[in-house]
Amino acid sequence: MKNEWMTILRHVKVARDTHLLVLEGDLVWDIADPGQFVHIKIDGFYLRRPISIADYDLKNQTMTLIYKVMGDGTKGLTRCQVGERLDVLGPGGQGFPTTRIHDDHALIIGGGIGVPPLYSTAKKLKESGVAVTSILGFRSKEEAFLLDEFRALGEVLVTTEDGSLGRSGRVTDALPHVKESYQLYLSCGPTVMLKAVADRHPDTPGYLSMEERMGCGIGACFACVVESKDEKGYKRICCDGPVFKAGEVVLS
Amino acid sequence: MNLSVNLPGLNLKNPVMPASGCFAFGKEFAQFYDLSHLGAVIMKAATKERRFGNGTPRVAETASGMLNAIGLQNPGVESIISHEIPFLKEHHLPIIANVAGSTVEEYVEVAKQISPHVDAIELNISCPNVKEGGVQFGTDPALAKEVTRHVVEVSDVPVYVKLSPNVTDIVCMALAAEEAGASGLSMINTLTGMRIDPKTRKPVIANGTGGLSGAAIKPISIRMIHQVYQAVSIPIIGMGGIETAEDVLEYLLAGASAVAIGSANFKNPFICKEIIEELPATLSRYGFSNVKQAIGGTHVEKVETPVLRS
Repeated sequence: MKNEWMTILRHVKVARDTHLLVLEGDLVWDIADPGQFVHIKIDGFYLRRPISIADYDLKNQTMTLIYKVMGDGTKGLTRCQVGERLDVLGPGGQGFPTTRIHDDHALIIGGGIGVPPLYSTAKKLKESGVAVTSILGFRSKEEAFLLDEFRALGEVLVTTEDGSLGRSGRVTDALPHVKESYQLYLSCGPTVMLKAVADRHPDTPGYLSMEERMGCGIGACFACVVESKDEKGYKRICCDGPVFKAGEVVLS
Repeated sequence: MNLSVNLPGLNLKNPVMPASGCFAFGKEFAQFYDLSHLGAVIMKAATKERRFGNGTPRVAETASGMLNAIGLQNPGVESIISHEIPFLKEHHLPIIANVAGSTVEEYVEVAKQISPHVDAIELNISCPNVKEGGVQFGTDPALAKEVTRHVVEVSDVPVYVKLSPNVTDIVCMALAAEEAGASGLSMINTLTGMRIDPKTRKPVIANGTGGLSGAAIKPISIRMIHQVYQAVSIPIIGMGGIETAEDVLEYLLAGASAVAIGSANFKNPFICKEIIEELPATLSRYGFSNVKQAIGGTHVEKVETPVLRS
């Protein structure tokens, strides 16, 4: 894990309240798996903001982040301009172990701002010969993003809560419409969604990536803790996660 | 420059240490720098049994600071002794154990078990984030005196009582700790606060209230140390919102003999090491040739300032 001032190469709005940020720096070389995150210091705010890595390019030393404006901190981030530098700590946590996945077919299930880290995950899986089907859920058409990028990797089923795009409803409503059989699922989104997804897959192995407010982002402050089923009784989302095997943590 | 300070049980090569709860047991920060740079380390609170802590969210942003309500999550004193202290011992630096509990008996038990393995105890009678124990001992001088007396009796090492700022008269609490046999004071713990989310109309932190820390609380801590320094004759470890070497100097001048850095570790994992490196230049800029000259300098000047005063 590094602390680096990374340069902003691109910063554009891609959907309602949703922004894409491309950063350049050495830190990219430390990325081990898709699904890891970076912890960004935003001018005028005390705590760093954890943002998942949507994509990365080792050759050009760049990484792409897609974040949603959730409050004043992320609103402050939108004001950062191309050419400026950002204080970035990372990459943090354990990502999706794509190099150890050898199934024929994987199902990707992303909800809202849980979609971005699944993009590089799906890309890596496809590169290593795993076919990918994706269910991407958003609140509305205006909030949807990365659809074409996911379509380039395999079949995509879209759901929106208001029915303005794709199927009306939630990601779990699209599950019966997945045609191919899959041996593994990988999901990221709000905890209620992860629980619904996991409950629908009692016998299928899966990986879940969790969101939580963080303090230090390195495992020292115990702010982002989730109950686990092992003897220790807890996992720290920032360093033991954010990706966990389904069944490893208690979703409530 | 000689940065050393000697306090009861603690021979510090410099006066800077990470504050309890902001550094866990050191392992996470050891990936960023060699912990032997630190003056000492104050471990995360230990209770008798392991505790899971509060629900999430446990932290929230505030103006120039943060709220937290972790809830003393820790693996329990036995696990800390066998799994955490050996790692810190490898770095050859004084170790301070933060001792917490719900009852006097629990405080005594934890102190008895952990004191043979550490250099000092920081008696945590000031955690605002647990329902039982903690802060009621820290807001009632009679209770503070009782728990301090019992812990001092069983402890093999000096006891520093960590005071709560959530009181009307901090001097009265400090005197109670001193009279009960404390070798030093550690001040201050966080201030109880709350944030409410207008969307949910509920507190942002799952616990409801949380402890306010960060730059926002520094003037309060400085004021309290300034008051207490004049009333007691035991040393003070100062903390609250330290982010720069100048902040350290401000604490020393108010009357702290050493300082702890808390929330700033979350913003910048290198902060303790960076402040230690900057401290000599900062001290000399203000006319000091060692740390000791600066301690209590607001009250009694040991050296003259090189800066012109009107």
